[in-house]
Amino acid sequence: MLLLNASGCLDALTAPDVANSFDVFVTKTVTPQPREGNAPVRIAETEFGMLNAIGLANPGRDVFIRQTLPRLASEIDRPIWVSVGGFTAREYAETCEQLAIDDVDCIELNLSCPNVDEAPESAAEIVRVCRAVTGKPLYAKVSPHAWDIGETVRAIEAAGADGLSLVNTLRGTTLDARLRPTLSRGTGGYSGPALRPVALAAVLAARRVTRLPIVGMGGVETGRHVLELVACGATHVALGTVLFADPDAPKRVRDELAEELATLGSDSVDHLFGVALDTVASGVNSSERLRVARRE
Amino acid sequence: MSRPRRERRSVVAVEAIGPYALVRVSRGSLDPGSPGQFFMVEAPGRVLPRAMSLCLAPRGELAFLLDPIGPGTRALAALERGDELHVFGPLGNGFRLDVERPLLVGGGIGIAPLPYLAEALEQPPAVIGFRTEHHAEAAVLLPNADVVIDPVLVTDAMPAGRDVLACGPEPMLEAVRAIAPDAQLAWEAPMACGYGACYGCVVEIDGELKRLCVEGPVLCSS
Repeated sequence: MLLLNASGCLDALTAPDVANSFDVFVTKTVTPQPREGNAPVRIAETEFGMLNAIGLANPGRDVFIRQTLPRLASEIDRPIWVSVGGFTAREYAETCEQLAIDDVDCIELNLSCPNVDEAPESAAEIVRVCRAVTGKPLYAKVSPHAWDIGETVRAIEAAGADGLSLVNTLRGTTLDARLRPTLSRGTGGYSGPALRPVALAAVLAARRVTRLPIVGMGGVETGRHVLELVACGATHVALGTVLFADPDAPKRVRDELAEELATLGSDSVDHLFGVALDTVASGVNSSERLRVARRE
Repeated sequence: MSRPRRERRSVVAVEAIGPYALVRVSRGSLDPGSPGQFFMVEAPGRVLPRAMSLCLAPRGELAFLLDPIGPGTRALAALERGDELHVFGPLGNGFRLDVERPLLVGGGIGIAPLPYLAEALEQPPAVIGFRTEHHAEAAVLLPNADVVIDPVLVTDAMPAGRDVLACGPEPMLEAVRAIAPDAQLAWEAPMACGYGACYGCVVEIDGELKRLCVEGPVLCSS
């Protein structure tokens, strides 16, 4: 199991130590043209999470490839996954083509940023055209909004993806004291603890239909949360919002995970891979479930 | 520049000063940093910490002045001696102290970084403004200051020909730099991480978006 940062939640050039405390560093999303991002206000806190409307602020792929990537490669001694965004399938594919560079270990297609107007093509179509032009491992980052995640995942796999990142943020809105949206864009991506059950359900649904590797993410704050995603079928786990409150989270979460495993008498997280799926499928007896629920 | 650290610190005291709260925590191995730098202070029960510039650095302590107006700042003001919370810093860029004729200017909760700044500059003159008499009780933190109360504005009371170092609400900062174009201004924005990770705290200054946590919070306007 690898521990990654969720794309958008870390800038390795301003915090290289934090990036190096992960197994893999995932960049913020790179788009064909430079983007300044949305006007402020860009973030808002809720009782159970936060909204962000950054708007894919990035220097554009030319500057990213010429300036950012070489600096990342020299400062980060971890594999680098590049998150790619665009507004048409062709834009995604052009960027993928230009990322045929040794420093790039994997490409994650951001198919679901809630803060920009989306590419009109389906997720699977974007994966298909990117697959045609790149030999790099290709992960598809999927929205939790899909009604039937299983169907989306099957189509993405058929289009040639090597893995899945589940989930991106949910679209949400908060209102200020004057009952106007807090964020200048009106809506933003909702992340943090509130997203955790959504992520677990999405990973379970995906794991039922695919054997592709899955990076599970959404509201992970502790070692126990990592374990839950793995139990639902995540191969790897990413940390996002928790990094804002705790830049030391990667080490802490790893320590907590080791403690959880010791308590369970297990020496590897891999032994618990997909166990939640087994019990859903086989139907653990209801009276046992009730007993556990009452105890909790 | 000192390296930021994140430590679990304990509350020494929370003092009411007018409507504001001065939260004093044990310093541990945290460096107080330079005036105008800030710390991310855990807000109990909330998802995100709160960005607070250092108000005072008494021996063995760090003290933060806050206005308890939202759920996070109210939770912080309700802390009691012995409660523990994470504090991460010092972060960002503070005020440049190589000024010849300093004048501190503050408005409302924007006076927060000025007491520590005044100490570093050996108590220079200051002009601070508040909404009400009750808010103006915070002037006790800056004994040298001229105090004005709404509708009188700090810009009405600022002497000319000074090197201005200011912190306050955005309209005040805009008004200050209209008459003191070289002023060093400490800006504020909602902030998630404080260390350049989230890109959430941008403010637009002269048509350019600046990440306050790494490019600021103190920016020179000219």
